[in-house]
Amino acid sequence: MPATVSGMTAVHDTTTGEPLHDVRLRVNDVWQEARVPARRLLSDFLRHDLRLTGTHVGCEHGVCGACTVLLDGAPVRSCLLLAVTVSGQSVTTVEGLGSPEAMHPVQQAFRECHGLQCGFCTPGFLTTAAAYLAQHPSPTEAEAREAISGNLCRCTGYQNIVRSVLRAAEIARERTPSASDR
Amino acid sequence: MTSRLFGEPVQRVEDAQLVTGRGHYLDDLGHDALAAAFVRSPHAHARVLDIDVTAALDVEGLVAIYTYDDLAASPRGTVAEALPLLIPHPALHAPRTGYALAREEVNHVGEAVVMVVASDRYVAEDAAERIVVTYGVLPPVVGIEAARSAERRTHDDVPDNVAAHLLQEVGDVQAAFAGSPRTLELDLAIQRSASMPLEGKGVYARWDAEDGSMRVYSSTQTSTSVRAAVAAKLDLPLNKVDCIAPMVGGGFGVKIVHPWPEEVLVPWAARELGREVKWVEDRREHFVSSAHERGQLHTIKVGFDDDGRLLALDVRFWHDNGAYTPYGIIVPIITSTQLLGPYKPGAYRVEFWSLYTNTVIVTPYRGAGRPQGCFAMERVMDAIADALGLDRAEVRERNFITPEEMPYDHHMTFQDGRPLIYDSGDFPATLAKLRTLIGWDDTLAQVASWRAAGRRVGVGLACYVEGTGVGPYEGAHVVVETSGKVKVATGLTTQGQGHFTSFAQIAADELGVALEDVEVVTGDTRRFGYAVGTFASRAAVMSGNAIAFAARSVREKALRIAGDALEADPGDLEIVDGVVRVKGSPAASIPLATVAVLSNPLRYAFDEASKAATQFAVGDTSGPPVREDDEPGLEGTDYYSPVGATFANGMHAVVVETDPETAEIKVLRYCVVHDCGPLINPLIVEGQVHGGVAQGVGGALYERMEYDENGQLLNASFMDFLMPYASEIPHIEIDHLETRSPLNPLGIKGAGEAGVIPSAAVFASAIEDAEGFVITAMPISPSELFDLRRRHAAGEVPSLRREDRRTEEMR
Ligand code: FES
Ligand code: FES
Repeated sequence: MPATVSGMTAVHDTTTGEPLHDVRLRVNDVWQEARVPARRLLSDFLRHDLRLTGTHVGCEHGVCGACTVLLDGAPVRSCLLLAVTVSGQSVTTVEGLGSPEAMHPVQQAFRECHGLQCGFCTPGFLTTAAAYLAQHPSPTEAEAREAISGNLCRCTGYQNIVRSVLRAAEIARERTPSASDR
Repeated sequence: MTSRLFGEPVQRVEDAQLVTGRGHYLDDLGHDALAAAFVRSPHAHARVLDIDVTAALDVEGLVAIYTYDDLAASPRGTVAEALPLLIPHPALHAPRTGYALAREEVNHVGEAVVMVVASDRYVAEDAAERIVVTYGVLPPVVGIEAARSAERRTHDDVPDNVAAHLLQEVGDVQAAFAGSPRTLELDLAIQRSASMPLEGKGVYARWDAEDGSMRVYSSTQTSTSVRAAVAAKLDLPLNKVDCIAPMVGGGFGVKIVHPWPEEVLVPWAARELGREVKWVEDRREHFVSSAHERGQLHTIKVGFDDDGRLLALDVRFWHDNGAYTPYGIIVPIITSTQLLGPYKPGAYRVEFWSLYTNTVIVTPYRGAGRPQGCFAMERVMDAIADALGLDRAEVRERNFITPEEMPYDHHMTFQDGRPLIYDSGDFPATLAKLRTLIGWDDTLAQVASWRAAGRRVGVGLACYVEGTGVGPYEGAHVVVETSGKVKVATGLTTQGQGHFTSFAQIAADELGVALEDVEVVTGDTRRFGYAVGTFASRAAVMSGNAIAFAARSVREKALRIAGDALEADPGDLEIVDGVVRVKGSPAASIPLATVAVLSNPLRYAFDEASKAATQFAVGDTSGPPVREDDEPGLEGTDYYSPVGATFANGMHAVVVETDPETAEIKVLRYCVVHDCGPLINPLIVEGQVHGGVAQGVGGALYERMEYDENGQLLNASFMDFLMPYASEIPHIEIDHLETRSPLNPLGIKGAGEAGVIPSAAVFASAIEDAEGFVITAMPISPSELFDLRRRHAAGEVPSLRREDRRTEEMR
């Protein structure tokens, strides 16, 4: 009997013969389903099965943070998770933060502050910063630096990323009038 | 008036796409392609005795397995021949390059031996894992000392392990030493690091059997040259091959090398199989099969007078080029020439040996030999200052080439094969700015008071000159479409430098259009076929000027056509906000879009606007519709090819504090003054400086390739190779000087590599200052510093003389 996950019946990949499992994920507010082998990484699942290629893979061993997505709102490294293990949960990728027409404050801030160069690390910084700012709307510079200190960037030297995080906090405040403005 | 965009910190036009996950990098393409994986050598030096693929054959989803024998049996092309020697040099007397797949012998851990193609990467790796390669292990050569001793050989037929030996001498060094009142000798070492872009390499090939054409996508710094290499290797006409560099996740030098084995093998397999094939490098592969750089040992003798002026400089160094020399000896040539920095060396003799070792190949990594050269020269400056009890900035200033001496000919040959002539630069002004930025005297006083209070604090200073914008050329095509939109194409590639914005700024200014109306494409041979590539801080200088030239020719044509239409002298016209108008009477005007329509005489109208260009609408029948020496279309192509490099310069100062117990090194301040001529976009230039400094900090304090004696890379992961996070990088204070280059019309110089060049030098200077003993090897970790303290206490590491003087003062 092939392995099954959470009571789902396994079918087999016609090319590779691998047992397949149904994964149902709420991705960027839309329920998505795909049939994948148990070993499919969440990063590969998002990128290649769902073709959401905004999430990048820089190391596949959990160190660079380029693959960071939000799992039920909290940042996780999608290269360290198997897609089957998060079935039923909710994932936000960089595509889900905002679009060119309606950017999330962190996206707008990274553009304003030149917080990216090659852009490869950027999705991981954006998701990390978005989650951080949701909890800490007014960080100091030191706190902003600390907040992004788990992600690697080889291009920017981080200075403009720190600036971007602070600016994003500002944009978020501008967009949501505070009590005193009302 | 359209406001000038050159010099403005405009936001990057590419970012909206990149921050919303819509950039297309290599692995974002070709979801349905077959995947390749490689069996790579686990040995640093071995003979390949047997390859047994039997166990892999029943992996479901396997499509093909290729070894060297399959390449040799390939009826078409030269895939089985050694990879090209990209940059031959007369001094490179024993060049060796590898094969796309190992032929009989492997010379470093990570060398590709077998290629597997399967339905997806997981399956390809399953199959690769089951392939059994039998090796006859040979003793490896690891490290410069081992290579130099020549007790073992990397290549059987290179008995001394010396790939190249080059000597350049300017003036009579022996006589200059004889006349030098003082001399000093230094032994200096720098270890290996690597470019380490966040995105590894990758290749995706689409073979179209119906028309016999190949489209290759590669995460490369040179798509035109990859295209030429693929065409040559696969025996295809050049016009049947295209190469596109999509969005590239950083390069920093490693992606200028080509063709990488995979750039040959993936297209070849795609043709063999008649299927799309893709390979995406994983991080471990990148560590063990892409290029490294920096490892060098230097022995320096310097003669100087009592004022600290250089009289004679004799430099010998040994460069570790790894297993092969596909990129020639560019790196040690750059060290040997750029070591001179902003100084007049007196008589100068430099000699290097480039040595084979059984390690990953060495090719340029941002800075490309300059960090080593700068480290060597700046250690010399600090040593002279220390020996004479002089201020370190003062000694440097005394040796500067002055602005009046520009252009300054060093009478040497630079990395582009051309004379080493500094075109411009005002080094005293750069230093003055740095002194102001950091507050040199106040900082020294402050540091002295901290020291008196028991803290270990030190200040470092380092200066460099960087030859940028080397030829041979770049070109550009600019077209104004009938919509009024401007499309610009240049052949070199982009890896995050913001070319889509800075090049658009240049074109928009030249053509008098809005930035939003300009679209720039780079690195796509379908759009522009002639190019060299992105390296040596050359993109802005080379393509920037080529775009300016091409745009100017388009502008000239636009004014001529508009002049005919408006019955005005083209000299009286200007283009403002996309409209050509008569200066002083803006009512007489014609949109650039209409000029574009008129530039292409038509028989058939395809829309409302194009009716104006049809045969019964055009009034003048006196000459042919397309005049002699003219072409239809409002477009132009032009090239920029400089006589030589243009030289940028900069100076960095750092204040560090070392922990008395743990020897941890903390950066208190980091100041940069940088002169790359007029800034096209200050936001982008500062970003380049930030990134360069961060890589420099990494290279000075954290990063190194740890090879053991068997040639195993012990830290081949981001877990163990310590690339700095934000917590390790200081806030960087920057000031600019903008000394124009006389060599190009925009007056610009390159900025890409600058930030990284002086880091090893400036940190050595500061740590030495904090600790009171001489630093001769970089990078330096806390444990190494701790060890140096112990050895210093035991009398094995000499004190700085200024320490003795301090002690005397205290007595
Ligand atoms: S790719 Fe997941 S942490 Fe690097
Ligand atoms: S922008 Fe290139 S790695 Fe961060």
